[in-house]
Amino acid sequence: MGQIMKNITRVSIWRWTIIAFVGAYLLIPVFAMLEFSTRGAPGERSTEAWLAIPTFPKLLSSISTSLQLAFIVIFLVVFVLVPTMIWVHLRLPNLRRYMELVCLLPLTIPAIVIVVGIAPTYRALYQVFGSSPLTLSFVYFVLILPYSYRSISASLLSIDSHTLSEASRSLGASTIRMISGVIVPNIKVGIMSGAVISIALVLGEFTISNLLNFETMQVVINLLGKRDAATSVAVSLAALVFAFILLAILPTANKTRSSKLKTKRKVEAATK
Amino acid sequence: MELSNSFHLFVELILESSLKGKEVVGLKKIGTNNLFRSSLPYLGILPFGLLVLFFLIWPTLVVISGALQNLDGGFGLGSLVEVATNDKYLNGFKVSIQLAAYSAIAGAILGALFSWAIARGNSEGYFRRLVLAASGVFAQFGGVMLTFAFLATFGFNGMLTILANSFFGENIFTDASWLYSLMGLVVVYTFFQIPLMLIVFLPAIENLKPEWKEASESLGGSTANYWFRVGGPILAPSFLGALLLLFANAFSAYATAAALISQGAPIVPLQIGFAISGEVSRTNPGISKALAVGMILIVVLVMFGYFKLQSKVSKWVKS
Repeated sequence: MGQIMKNITRVSIWRWTIIAFVGAYLLIPVFAMLEFSTRGAPGERSTEAWLAIPTFPKLLSSISTSLQLAFIVIFLVVFVLVPTMIWVHLRLPNLRRYMELVCLLPLTIPAIVIVVGIAPTYRALYQVFGSSPLTLSFVYFVLILPYSYRSISASLLSIDSHTLSEASRSLGASTIRMISGVIVPNIKVGIMSGAVISIALVLGEFTISNLLNFETMQVVINLLGKRDAATSVAVSLAALVFAFILLAILPTANKTRSSKLKTKRKVEAATK
Repeated sequence: MELSNSFHLFVELILESSLKGKEVVGLKKIGTNNLFRSSLPYLGILPFGLLVLFFLIWPTLVVISGALQNLDGGFGLGSLVEVATNDKYLNGFKVSIQLAAYSAIAGAILGALFSWAIARGNSEGYFRRLVLAASGVFAQFGGVMLTFAFLATFGFNGMLTILANSFFGENIFTDASWLYSLMGLVVVYTFFQIPLMLIVFLPAIENLKPEWKEASESLGGSTANYWFRVGGPILAPSFLGALLLLFANAFSAYATAAALISQGAPIVPLQIGFAISGEVSRTNPGISKALAVGMILIVVLVMFGYFKLQSKVSKWVKS
């Protein structure tokens, strides 16, 4: 008995030492941002840098641009990626492997490489959409594919989509209704966690927007850093906290297991 | 008429296959005699296909074909040869690989220990949820913000710089230039490698069954025995796979280095950035593309290893 107790305390000492060390590595820089952005006169704290955020109109418009981009990317995920994935999953199973390959491809093609080759695409895009920074949403959609594909695919595989689609078909539902009314509600968790990762990625993206000269939040924060370091640190911290809150309150992949159980129970209840 | 007809066929197919106990593959079989009808389902993937074609496939092909240019713009291997022989670019690849390798190793080891520490805790608890959310954010938020965070910590006026100087007297940390060296970049990159490691490695650690540990103990094995003989070998493919993913992640990163380093271009992504935004592209458009092809080759090689190891892992988990 004493031996087991000793083992348990030893394990928990190790555990908390590791958590404290890695936690310090990750949290000290974040805390330093807070400290740096609230510096006032020597020995005093000040909110000056934070209050200065609204006084930079360019900063505000870039934040709005980045939020709009995030919104459009989520729109594309929900109305292009999700239906395509369901369609391929149910009707074109022979394409499943290729779909996965394509979706994971951006992992092997760095963003900086895409920038190098995207000039002709943007020349064509310019003819249709003009030079709006919102055209970045198409590239961002490609960048987030590996992450959104994985979370949606995990949800899709965890439900019995074939039975669901056959059931809704036999009750006379159209394809659109089958996808939007039956399948999508069942893979909501995967879609949501895919969407949240997309928000984090879009709000943090710098490489492509900087090299294509579009003024997204990160590009403007970077420029501002040279003039008003404290305010740009304050905005960075705010964006970090914003993404953190989104990720913390929205359901994570952890929950897919319980939702799988729930679906199973639902199916069992329905078949009884 | 057509529709109800095919519906009947569909129902028949279901009945038939359910009698045989086989899964229905789909509607495909019904219209095989009619090429148009059988290709109809493929229209459903058109919007997605177009997006991927224009924003992923086409740019990649542009890069590859653009790399096959001589320095004067004509077709040939000139740019690739220039990149493969010029010391400036070779050194860029060397430093990039070192940076990616060191930060991947540091991130993988610290991240694996961290995953173990988190896995030992309550799997439904708030602490884990917070850690996972924070990891999701930290793993994605490289770049400008990360640079600011480290400058606010170790920079000339950084929090720890001031603290250290007031503790140990002047001039201990006044010089923040170490941040811009290779080791400084490794320290900064490791910041986003640890959370990524947690995200990819935690599931592997959680798949370790407690029964295995009990079995090892009941046979008289110590904790060290368990980790060297049982846990370690089981986790090895996952760990190596994650290590490769971290390598590719750091090797591809541009934003952090671009925001941190304002002079010179010690790593390949920065060299590419300079090549497309600077004069080089006008005088020699092939260089950025040749460098990009070099990057693709290395990342594809690394990710190929990753996917191989992944399939090994999934075999293990299923059996």
